[in-house]
Amino acid sequence: MGAAWCPSMNTSSTSIASIAERFTAVAPACDHWSIRVVRQRSEHLSVTRGVPDPVHVGDDIGVMVTVVKDGGLGYGATSDITSLGLVRAGREACDWANRVAGRMVAVPPTPHQSAVRFDHEVRPARPWSSVSRADKMARLGVLAAGLTGNERIVNWQAGLSFTDEEVVIATSEGGFIRQRYGLIVPDLEASASAESETQTRTFGRGGTIRQGGLEALDDLGFWNAGPRIAGEALELLAAPDCPTGVMDLLLSPDQMYIQIHESIGHPLELDRILGDERNYAGTSFVSLDMFGGYVYGSSLLNVTFDPGVSGEAASYAFDDDGTRASREHLIRDGILVRPLGGAFSQARANVSGVSNARACSWNRPTIDRMANLNVEPGGSRLEDLVAQVENGVLMETNTSWSIDDSRNKFQFGCERGRLIRDGVLGPVVKNPNYRGISATFWRSLKGLGDAASLRVHGTPTCGKGEPNQAIHVGHATPPGLFADVQVFGGG
Amino acid sequence: MQEYFYALADAIAARLSGDEGFVANFSGERSHFVRFNRSAVRQPGTVTQNYLSLSLFRGRRHGDATITVTEDREEDVARIDNALATLREMVASAAEDPHFLVSTEVRSTERIAPDRLPTPDDAVEGILAAGTGEDLVGFYAAGPMYAGFANSFGQRNWHAVNAFNFDACFYLRDDPAIKDRAVKMDYAGFAWDGPEFSARAAAARDKLALLARPPKTLAPGGYRVFLAPAAMEDIMGMLSWDGFSLSARRTATTPLLRLGNGETFSPLVSVTENIADGLAPAFQSEGFISPDRIPLISRGAAAECLASPRSGVEFETAHNGAAAHESPQALDMAPGTLADSAILAALGTGVYMGNLWYLNYSDRNACRMTGMTRFATFWVENGVIVAPLNVMRFDDSAYRFLGRNLIGLTAAREWRLSTDTYESRSTRSMHLPGALIEDFRLTL
Repeated sequence: MGAAWCPSMNTSSTSIASIAERFTAVAPACDHWSIRVVRQRSEHLSVTRGVPDPVHVGDDIGVMVTVVKDGGLGYGATSDITSLGLVRAGREACDWANRVAGRMVAVPPTPHQSAVRFDHEVRPARPWSSVSRADKMARLGVLAAGLTGNERIVNWQAGLSFTDEEVVIATSEGGFIRQRYGLIVPDLEASASAESETQTRTFGRGGTIRQGGLEALDDLGFWNAGPRIAGEALELLAAPDCPTGVMDLLLSPDQMYIQIHESIGHPLELDRILGDERNYAGTSFVSLDMFGGYVYGSSLLNVTFDPGVSGEAASYAFDDDGTRASREHLIRDGILVRPLGGAFSQARANVSGVSNARACSWNRPTIDRMANLNVEPGGSRLEDLVAQVENGVLMETNTSWSIDDSRNKFQFGCERGRLIRDGVLGPVVKNPNYRGISATFWRSLKGLGDAASLRVHGTPTCGKGEPNQAIHVGHATPPGLFADVQVFGGG
Repeated sequence: MQEYFYALADAIAARLSGDEGFVANFSGERSHFVRFNRSAVRQPGTVTQNYLSLSLFRGRRHGDATITVTEDREEDVARIDNALATLREMVASAAEDPHFLVSTEVRSTERIAPDRLPTPDDAVEGILAAGTGEDLVGFYAAGPMYAGFANSFGQRNWHAVNAFNFDACFYLRDDPAIKDRAVKMDYAGFAWDGPEFSARAAAARDKLALLARPPKTLAPGGYRVFLAPAAMEDIMGMLSWDGFSLSARRTATTPLLRLGNGETFSPLVSVTENIADGLAPAFQSEGFISPDRIPLISRGAAAECLASPRSGVEFETAHNGAAAHESPQALDMAPGTLADSAILAALGTGVYMGNLWYLNYSDRNACRMTGMTRFATFWVENGVIVAPLNVMRFDDSAYRFLGRNLIGLTAAREWRLSTDTYESRSTRSMHLPGALIEDFRLTL
């Protein structure tokens, strides 16, 4: 295992591949077993209000053993990676499989019989460790200093998080898959305040995450963004509220990504459609009979599950159940064609899905997840989209999100708006919000930006599942123009 | 586990040199997790996870690390050695941290709850029996949770809770077109009482008949509503997001920016951080002990903040042992006088909201929040439940619905034990009344 590009702390010299190999010698007798070993090495650096925050490093190693036996399924997960701990995890998984056999909502599908062998690291162009911690902190300090300089800037922060994630999956059939990649999340924030009013501008408010290393920061323009962020916070403080009315809405990619996430991604998750999430994350307005004919959006709308986009947060070759991943259309020319469901859900629902059985770490079981869920670009330049608008608002950077448990009635708020009148971008407005209904909103899509306007976003904290899991997902999208949307401001 | 953590702490102490000091926090749990769907088991398992967070300091220079613990002493001490090596490098290159503060007064404490939890077999049997013939979907989590603290000054703290939490709902069956009509039930505590569990399940099932009635759809507008304690948990959860934080108040980023500055809550509203009666440990990660109670809102006016040691130093004021996130762990809202038996009569004609869902701020400065109704929400006419309500969105300012539009709070309160299991099982709790409100704004 190469360690050259990961954070510096290395508390265990044991390779996670060897942990999986050790388990094969102590695996319980059963119809099928798998072991998923996960190691996440992380580092967080930040500067808040001019003062470096405590640097934090982490080294998290553990395993999950899953057993299928006599129609029952169970898991045992542990941070104890000694041989004794592995034996105990296997026994606990077996105990659960025995306990629930014949009482499960669905019999686990026949496991993959082919013994897949795969070993791959996505090596960053500029590794995290290629710049010393002191130098990274110094650059963050300079960046943070660029966020202030005005007495109305009352809060400012610059930060970087990096995680080196390595996953090994081994199975009783002899399968072995190892994948390793880096994830980087930059963060910038400035708040301006006066007279009981505070406006905050960020670098994406968690919506900026990339697979890779430090090269992503240059691509994103992170190191030069400070003055713009601070200037726009001050600009918002002086801006009028967003107007209220039904009008055209142009969403920039850093809002489009969460519109996609909440009102396309979650409703298409097959485990929601099958009812698994009804007690927590919710159900879906989508039902199985809608695939193949339901008009989800206008003919401009093409949505893909694409695990092969370089640099996007959830690019991988195999999901966490060991199923090979490939690009698939979920919505083609506006028509709903395929759900987001992994192998187990596909077997339960008898439909084709995608390879999206994922877990946030070793201590959580796999569930159906978004991974890279993208809106394919259209043919309009951004200025062409603006030119189409007689009366509307451009909204940038998500700050508020809320949607019902069927993923239908939504409301979003953004950090910054700009009025559009007669095809021309106008003044900045604060507190821009809009609301709508997923089932009809995407049908009002009347313009999509071209490939040049496409941006890669995502979130590190998509929440779902019982026990709860927060996982990273990617969304690449151009700006989108929607007709006749309920828009409003604050107050 | 307590002895093992203390042994690791002694090993850390033995490895210090010169003027080095350390702070260590332990977080562990052994949890049985079982998901249910359609009155059957969906995903069962056991998770054993143990984490050690270690901060090494020399004067005001420090570094922090978190590692997993195996419970094999030789392996874990080797990991600690490696972590210390990294931390020493970090400390050597770190700048002095002007906000660094750890407890130097030794205040060792111990709180260990007995294990009266059911066996996994008994829990699964009971839950499946309760769901027979119904569409039960939910989640059972149970087992011990541990929190420990140790430092180089000799302080040792241990907090062990054995708790279970069954969070579930019964869905209306037999109509595939109806996907979102369900009655919530929850049962949490320390000892499983079979008859009580059965009674709760039966009470929830009985409400399904109300959900089978033709639903009502409301036009947007202002409505008289009753928010049950579970719905109030979501409201208070939003206010807890930076609302009581010293750092957020001093940097004007709190959603309660205008509280006392042009806005006020009703005098009926009093909120306290009540660590003494909660599940969460009283000690925090730098070793300070929280006071039993901290008033946060007193008769509608802002009172104290939750102040972490770091914020206390930065803003040159006393801290009160709050965690770094400065968010309540045991929020306690004072009761009112409305009897449970009088809720529907007092509501008259309006909406009974059992639960809310997916709240967020639509205008943080105005403390205006939006969210959805969820689960059992009913239209009530003249004090009688008439129909279930199709889901509605609200969008209103807390200064209105907990201010001039708050009519009353219930005399009875509910303990709400958090069901959150992100990364680990939560020990957060709330003790809340229900609230009767007029002119509550529904928008979609």
